[in-house]
Amino acid sequence: MDVNMKVNLSGVVLDNPIIPASGTFGFGEEFKDLYDLNILGSISFKGTTREPRFGNPTPRIAECPSGLLNSVGLQNPGIDAVINEEIPKLCKYFHKPLIANISGFSIDDYAYACEKIDKVEQVGIIEVNVSCPNVKHGGMSFGTNPESAAEVTKAVKAVTTKPVYIKLSPNVTDIASIAKACEEAGADGFTLINTLLGMRIDIKTRKPVLANAMGGLSGPAVFPVALRMVYQVYKAVSVPIIGMGGISSAADVIEMMMAGASAVQIGSANLVDPFICKTIIEELPKKMRELGIKSLSELKPTF
Amino acid sequence: MRQLIFEVNNIRPIADKVFELILLGDTSDIIRPGQFVNIRVDGKYLRRPISVCDWDEDSLTLIFKVFGEGTEIMSRLQKGDKIDILSGLGNGFTVTDSKKALLVGGGVGVPPLYALAKKLIEQGVKPVVILGFASSKDVFYKNEFESLGLKTYVATVDGSEGTKGFVTDSIKENNLQCDYFYACGPMPMLKALCLELECPGQLSLEERMGCGFGACMGCSIITAKGSKRVCHDGPVFYKEDLLWT
Repeated sequence: MDVNMKVNLSGVVLDNPIIPASGTFGFGEEFKDLYDLNILGSISFKGTTREPRFGNPTPRIAECPSGLLNSVGLQNPGIDAVINEEIPKLCKYFHKPLIANISGFSIDDYAYACEKIDKVEQVGIIEVNVSCPNVKHGGMSFGTNPESAAEVTKAVKAVTTKPVYIKLSPNVTDIASIAKACEEAGADGFTLINTLLGMRIDIKTRKPVLANAMGGLSGPAVFPVALRMVYQVYKAVSVPIIGMGGISSAADVIEMMMAGASAVQIGSANLVDPFICKTIIEELPKKMRELGIKSLSELKPTF
Repeated sequence: MRQLIFEVNNIRPIADKVFELILLGDTSDIIRPGQFVNIRVDGKYLRRPISVCDWDEDSLTLIFKVFGEGTEIMSRLQKGDKIDILSGLGNGFTVTDSKKALLVGGGVGVPPLYALAKKLIEQGVKPVVILGFASSKDVFYKNEFESLGLKTYVATVDGSEGTKGFVTDSIKENNLQCDYFYACGPMPMLKALCLELECPGQLSLEERMGCGFGACMGCSIITAKGSKRVCHDGPVFYKEDLLWT
């Protein structure tokens, strides 16, 4: 049986739905010698802000059952260095449209960075991160109520020409209402979920493991939550969704697409198995045949 | 970096909660002392980064201390067990031709200095070794360094073996002179060495890591040359690049 793994995100056609998630793949540099990056559907590069950022103090990683907490805090070299140095370097090895992950601390920050990244030819989709749990004043605070999320969406849409996907936070009561507000403000799609706010305490020192006390939980532990939220957003909006949260196998990819995702991102799994995206891309056709799935783009909730 | 399967050839306790683990497998990715491997541990999500103590063509010696659940699981490994490792991580030490070198290790920072000592000897340098531990029950590898023909001093915080106090106390007590130093151990020890030794040196840092190969930015530090990832740009840094606040 011939199988078709192609998916369409707002007119950007991907050879397959597998996209390494922002923050777990840098700008591809650490993976380019492990396998040909062009096997990937796309790459969502490290979250970029207007100014360079070091991020939070260390330790900023903590082990959890089936996952990890991180409190990196958007470490990145800033929008200008990303455009002038990182993207040209990455595009030597990767020849497909990129997903540009952009974060900010004010509406103006988002608009400023998105307007600049919109002019970069290799960028296919702009992913607006309104859901980073690791920064104060900005980040997640924009993504936790419908009005401010819509305001960011509107400001970004006004200065860009490429598809704008809003990356949503799971740390909310009603994710569907936030997605709806963004869709009304012009969002072309959604990426979800960002990490779930969590915490660990070292019982010997009686202090939090993370220097920042709290951090974002990711990994297989969050997969059922991510799946549920993708389904809820799918029911609420009519634009494409990139599903993410704990995906670690071809079976997970198919399950996420059956919940309503048009493509997926692989995050934490890259950190413990740097070859995971390659493995999943190789396993997907086998899994599709096993399940009688001819085309991934046909998958959607039937319930 | 490669992902490889190694087989446990031997595991034995060498001090209180400290184990020496000898693995068989392809070590060709390890090219310098001070590099590390990242070990997948059954039942744990993140890998455990452990510095390479010594290696030859087909065997790898690691030393680790049981600190938490991950290393506890590792301590129960048995001969014949297979483990999944990412090999050849980190930059490692750069051997210089300084003749009066000190090797300074603290606790589980001692292991990478062993392969480094052997490399220095190959280059015709006979370093003096100072090993710091909390107590005599924690001391390991003193004999191994001495067997290489190196003068080896021990300091223990409680004074139960060697100089009472820290490695810096041992350096003072024995009036040890150097034109270069190589060190690995806890951050307060590394800081004290940088402040007290006038000569240049290289220091291997420890930081909590996510991936171990530069992807997640979990272990970044700020240096004189900007932000660096301990796992990928380090773990070995030159003294002049480290900022102590």
